[in-house]
This record gives sequence, structure tokens and C-alpha cells, in this order.
Amino acid sequence: MLRRYIFSTDHKVIGLQYGFTSLFFLLVGFVLVLIIRWQLASPGEPIPFVGGLLGEQNAPGGILLPEFYNQLGAMHGTIMVFLAIVPLAFGAFGNYLVPLQIGAPDMTFPRLNMVSYQLYFIGGVIMLASFFVPGGAANNGWTSYPPLSDLAPQGQTWWLAGMLFLIFSSLLGAVNFITTIIQLRAPGLTWFRLPFFVWAQLITAFLLLLAFPALQAAAILQGMDRIAGTSFFLPSGLVVSGRPLEVSGGGNALLWQHLFWFLGHPEVYVLILPALGIIAEVITNNTRKPLWGYRLMVYSLFVLGFLSFIVWAHHMFLTGMGTVISAFFQATTMIISIPSVVILSSLILTLYGGSIRINTPMLFALAFLPMFGIGGLTGLPLGLATTDIPLHDTNYVVAHFHYLVAPGTIFAMFAGIYYWFPKATGRMMNETLGRIHFVGSLVCMNLIFMPMFIQGLAGVNRRLWDAGQLYTHAADTIYLNVPMAYAAFGLAFFQLFFVVNLFMSIRGGAVASANPWEATTIEWATPTPPKAHGNFDRPPRAVRDPYEYSVPGEAVDFSPQSPGAPDDRLGT
Amino acid sequence: MEIPYTTQIRPDTGLTNPKLGIWLFLASEVMLFGSLFSAYALLRMGAETWPDQSAVLSVPLAALNTLILIASSVTMVMAWASLKDGSLPKYRRYMGLTILGGALFLVVKSFEYSEKFSHGLFPSTDIFLALYFTLTGLHAIHVIAGMVVNAYLLGPGTRLWAHHREQFTNRIEVAGLYWHFVDVVWIFLFPVLYLL
Repeated sequence: MLRRYIFSTDHKVIGLQYGFTSLFFLLVGFVLVLIIRWQLASPGEPIPFVGGLLGEQNAPGGILLPEFYNQLGAMHGTIMVFLAIVPLAFGAFGNYLVPLQIGAPDMTFPRLNMVSYQLYFIGGVIMLASFFVPGGAANNGWTSYPPLSDLAPQGQTWWLAGMLFLIFSSLLGAVNFITTIIQLRAPGLTWFRLPFFVWAQLITAFLLLLAFPALQAAAILQGMDRIAGTSFFLPSGLVVSGRPLEVSGGGNALLWQHLFWFLGHPEVYVLILPALGIIAEVITNNTRKPLWGYRLMVYSLFVLGFLSFIVWAHHMFLTGMGTVISAFFQATTMIISIPSVVILSSLILTLYGGSIRINTPMLFALAFLPMFGIGGLTGLPLGLATTDIPLHDTNYVVAHFHYLVAPGTIFAMFAGIYYWFPKATGRMMNETLGRIHFVGSLVCMNLIFMPMFIQGLAGVNRRLWDAGQLYTHAADTIYLNVPMAYAAFGLAFFQLFFVVNLFMSIRGGAVASANPWEATTIEWATPTPPKAHGNFDRPPRAVRDPYEYSVPGEAVDFSPQSPGAPDDRLGT
Repeated sequence: MEIPYTTQIRPDTGLTNPKLGIWLFLASEVMLFGSLFSAYALLRMGAETWPDQSAVLSVPLAALNTLILIASSVTMVMAWASLKDGSLPKYRRYMGLTILGGALFLVVKSFEYSEKFSHGLFPSTDIFLALYFTLTGLHAIHVIAGMVVNAYLLGPGTRLWAHHREQFTNRIEVAGLYWHFVDVVWIFLFPVLYLL
């Protein structure tokens, strides 16, 4: 039992472990933000039901303290990015699908794979435990900017420790993914026969491998500042609460920002690329057409991956680093939008002329396209230094990246779960519940995030405990927080349909064949669910391009990659 | 279930899995130390004054340590070569020397540290010492990690030799690549911290 479910080295079990753990953290992050939204809709009023559970030191009489509000904000971001989305997109989907899609028996280093999940789990536990230490969890935003974070209560040290575990976990994962994709491709599976999803995971792994060490270095330096009393991020002559700080000084607070965003910006693409990979798989399957511009999309991934390392300082236009540097990073930021647009356009062009099958995964994929488009296009004003000045640190920024990650990446995750669920369990998820979940989520997501653009354009800052009551410029838009709170709780309500559907369908869903979507890629050539340790009945072999749908002259509208697949009706 | 290319070279990539894996891992290590060296450069360029490093640090001791570490890298290669020749006893001798080199390095390092401490020089004293202790400390952790791996390969790890000679030889090569990397990091640290 233990070996099979807890200490398994099978990539599919590890993938599912990642999946369920990260969905749990997704829920935790979501609960934190529900408290935030309630607070913003009615600042200074007691929170019903949960207010009493938060503890006297956090919410006396059920009224949220600003210090605790800061913890909620910081930990919402940290949990969502590092413990929910990345492990779900990379750890869960990547682990489960990459070996299947390339026809491999497992990852190259199965034991390392297990360790990488365990490190992630420990990191997550440390992060959650930090809520209960004196002074509470980290409260400096998910970016942990010093000098504030250097001087914060000990929750910040826990944050750094947890982060080191998470970084080590994703480094091991990245090494494993890259070697697996390079070394274990099935015979005949040449580079340009790789499914787009595998390409996306490969580039993602490189980003994790090369960008995360910068945060590792930054976390070590900040840990030294906090524990050994160094002042890497504390400039000379710093005065705190009216008294000069007793440190040696000579540090530089901007150093943290550079190191953090050197990770932070590639990290954005870590959040997005696996999502694009999933969307490409779902769209090409349901349009019954090859992916439009497959090679172009792959080249775009390379350009994205490379450029993502030289755009980081567009997060720092307001730090006074100088116009020359700003101009450089503004130029690279504008250039990086090109490959993103190429990929999105290719996905839209794939739809053109297709006879589209509508099902829950496809609905999520179709909604992803405009949502991701809104998120991307609203990023352009933030990438230009001039327009970033008024918009920086407002709710506009929050809306922009949430459009990319929430109705963007999370929708892609849902599409992926509905799409590959039959492969993992042998059963279909319920279509009606899925569609209710989809419509409800789409409407609520937009009702939450669209008003944030309006507030942000009015100049309302993010991270305000009182939602901006003290500012006259916020007076006109502050009422929007009330419908946003309703929409947030509506979103929570519609997720119930997903949770019920997920757990109900594991045992009670309609039985699925080995290839229920009539797809071409190799993961559908396995028995369902795939064999523990080894995956395939017969060694797979690739004989054609990945998405050979509707090939003229063939009897059926899909030509599977691997001959000998259970549903290979062509019998080649 | 057998995972292919753990010992055999995949023809079209020309690599075994562990070798590719260790190079990728080292790439991320390069980024880690690269970030820290960048931090050093940024802090030093922004500093108003910078201490005369040789007045605080002992160049002769560090030079000795450089020699020790390079020698241990050489014995590491010899250990691998002995296995290629098929001689386990020779391998044991050279691997033992490699571990001894790492231990000597740490002993010298601890003398350096304790002398700083006895003169009241701590990481919190100034920004240069903060960098010195952080960078050399992180490097020392890497040395210790390498010694743990090497000790395993000298002790219980040798059981693999009986049945899987090639796999065991490859393991020594991979461990060697890491050990050389640790050596190279020191060769960068030495001039940057002690001489420049």
C-alpha cells in the first residue's frame, strides 16, 4: 500500500500526487482570497462565520487586522503561484503525460521524481505551518521586497525555508523532465513529431532549471540578513520607526528585486506555457484538424523561452533604475509579445474551417483564447515605462495577471483535467456538471476581474486593507468591491460542481474506451488506465506527425501515431 | 520495467541519462553561483569604500586550499580511470584520497573561519565579510555534499561493481563531474574574494 500510493516511483502515481496536492493548495489559496474579497467589500466589519475562527491575534471580534490582511495577500500569491499552479501545470500534467506522450516507460530518474514530490510536499507544509508561528505568516506580498521583509516577523524566515524546498523540488523535476524528453522518446518520435504539449513542458523545464537558482541565491542572501545579521538588502543609514537601524549597512534593496524578477518573469511563462500546451492538444483534437503552424508555434516557444530571461526589469520601472535601462527592458518586453501572439493566433487559426466538437474540455479551451488575449493585451501598457507609471501597483496590474492565470491558466488546467480524466481513471466526467461548472466559472471570473481594470485605471492601489476608503480618487469605484465579492462567492459555488464531478466520476462515471476522444497522440495507445510501471502493452513507435486528423483517403478522421494501439482501426 | 539508456548511450543524442542529468544540474548550479557573483559585483560597485581584502583574509591559506582541491580533483579522475582499468583496489585508494582532500580543505577553511571569529570579524561586521562568509559557506556545503556522495561510492556503493561494472564506472564519472564543478567554483572564489 505505502509503496504503491505514498512512496511510489511510478510517474503516473507521482503525477496524481502532485495533482491532488496542488488542487488542495489551489483551494487553500482560493479560501484566503475569499476572506480578502469579503474584507474589501465591507472593510472594518466583522466577518461572519469564519471571522471567529481566525484567532484573536488576527481578527479580534471577527474584524480583520491589517497585519493579518497582509499575510493573506502574501500567502495567497505564494500559495497560488508556487504551490498550486506550477505544481499542477508542470508537476501533475507534466509527470503524468510527458512519458506517455513520448512513449516512454517512465521518467529517466523515477526515484528522483519521488524525492521531488516529497520536497514539494515539505515546502507546502512549511508554508502552511508559518501561519501559526508568532507574528504569523510572511506579510510582505508574494514578492518579499526588502527592507520590509528583512525586518518582518519570523514567518518570513519560514517563507524562505519553504521556498528553498520548493526550489530544490522544481530543480530536480526540471532535470528529470529534460532528460526524459531528450533521451526516452520512442523510436521514430523525432523532434518535430513531438506533441506541442511536450515542447511546452520542455521549454518550461529549462525556464525552471535556469531561472529558479536566482531566487535560491536571493533567498540565501535574505536568510543571511535575517539570521546572521548581514545587510545584503539593507542600505546604510536606514531609519526604522524613528531610530537608526543597528546594522553594518552597505546593502542594496534593488538587488533583491533584480534577483527575484530574474526568476519572477520566466516564472510567468512557467505558468503559461504548459497551459498553452494543454490548450493546443484539446483544440486540435476537437477541431479534427492538425495544429495550424505547428513548427511556427514551436519556434515561438523557443523565442519566448529565451526572451523571458531578458525582460525582468519591466517590473521595476518605478525603482529609479534609469531611463536607459528602462528603454532596453521596454523594447525586449514589446518583442516578447510577438511570439505570444503567434501562438495565440495559430490556435485561433486552427479553429478556422474546422468541424468543431463541443464538449467540456473544448469549452474551457475556447474560453481560454479570449481570456488569455485580454490578459495579454492589457499587459502592453504595463510593459511601456510611460504608461506603467500611473498603472503600477494598482488593481489594473492585479486584473491583468489574473486574466492570464485565472481564466487563462486555470481554465487550461480544467480543460486538461476533463480531457485526460478518462485516460487516468477509465471513466468519463459528467458532461452536464462540467458545462455548469464552465459557464458559472466563466461569468464569475469576468465579474471579479473586469471591475479591477476600472478601479486600477481610477488609480486605486492594490494591497489596501480598507480597499482605499481613505483616498478620494477611489471613492467613485469602491462600490465595485461588493459585486466582486458576490462574484467570488459565486465562483466558489460553481467549483462545487467540479469537486462533486471529479470525485463522483472516479467510480461512478460512464466507462470510457482507451481512446474516447479519438485522438492521435501516443498517450491514447496505452491501456486505460496505463499499466503501472511501464505504461504500454507493446513498445510504441511513431510513424507520422503528431496531429494527423482528417487525412484525405483514410477511413476515419484520425490516424493514431502508434501502430498497434487499441483503437487503431486503420491497422497500419 | 527497464528504463533505456541508463548505461548505454542513445545513438542519436550520444548521451546516457545520468550524464545529461548531471550537466543540466550543473547548469542550474552555474546560475546559482552566477547570481551570487552578480550580487557581489553589484554590491561592490555600489559601495563607497571596499576593505583591503588581503588585510583581513589569509592568501597563503587560501592558496594552499586551492592546491588541495585541485589535487583532489586529479585523484577523482584517477579513481575513475582505475575503474576503467578494472581495478577496484586502486579505485578505493584514489577515492579515499579524494575524500581526504575534501576533508583537508574543510579543516583549513575552519581554521580561517575561527581566526576571523577570534578577531571579532563576523558576517554582520561589514558587507565584504557578509559576502565572504556566504559565498565560502555555500561552497563548503557543496564540498560536504560531494564528500557524502563520494563516501557512499567508496563504501556501500561499491556493491554495484560486482554485477554492473559499467554502471558503477559511470556513477564515478558523474560524481566526478560534480566534484570538478565544486573545484571550479573555488577557483573563481579565490581570486574574487582574496585577490581582486
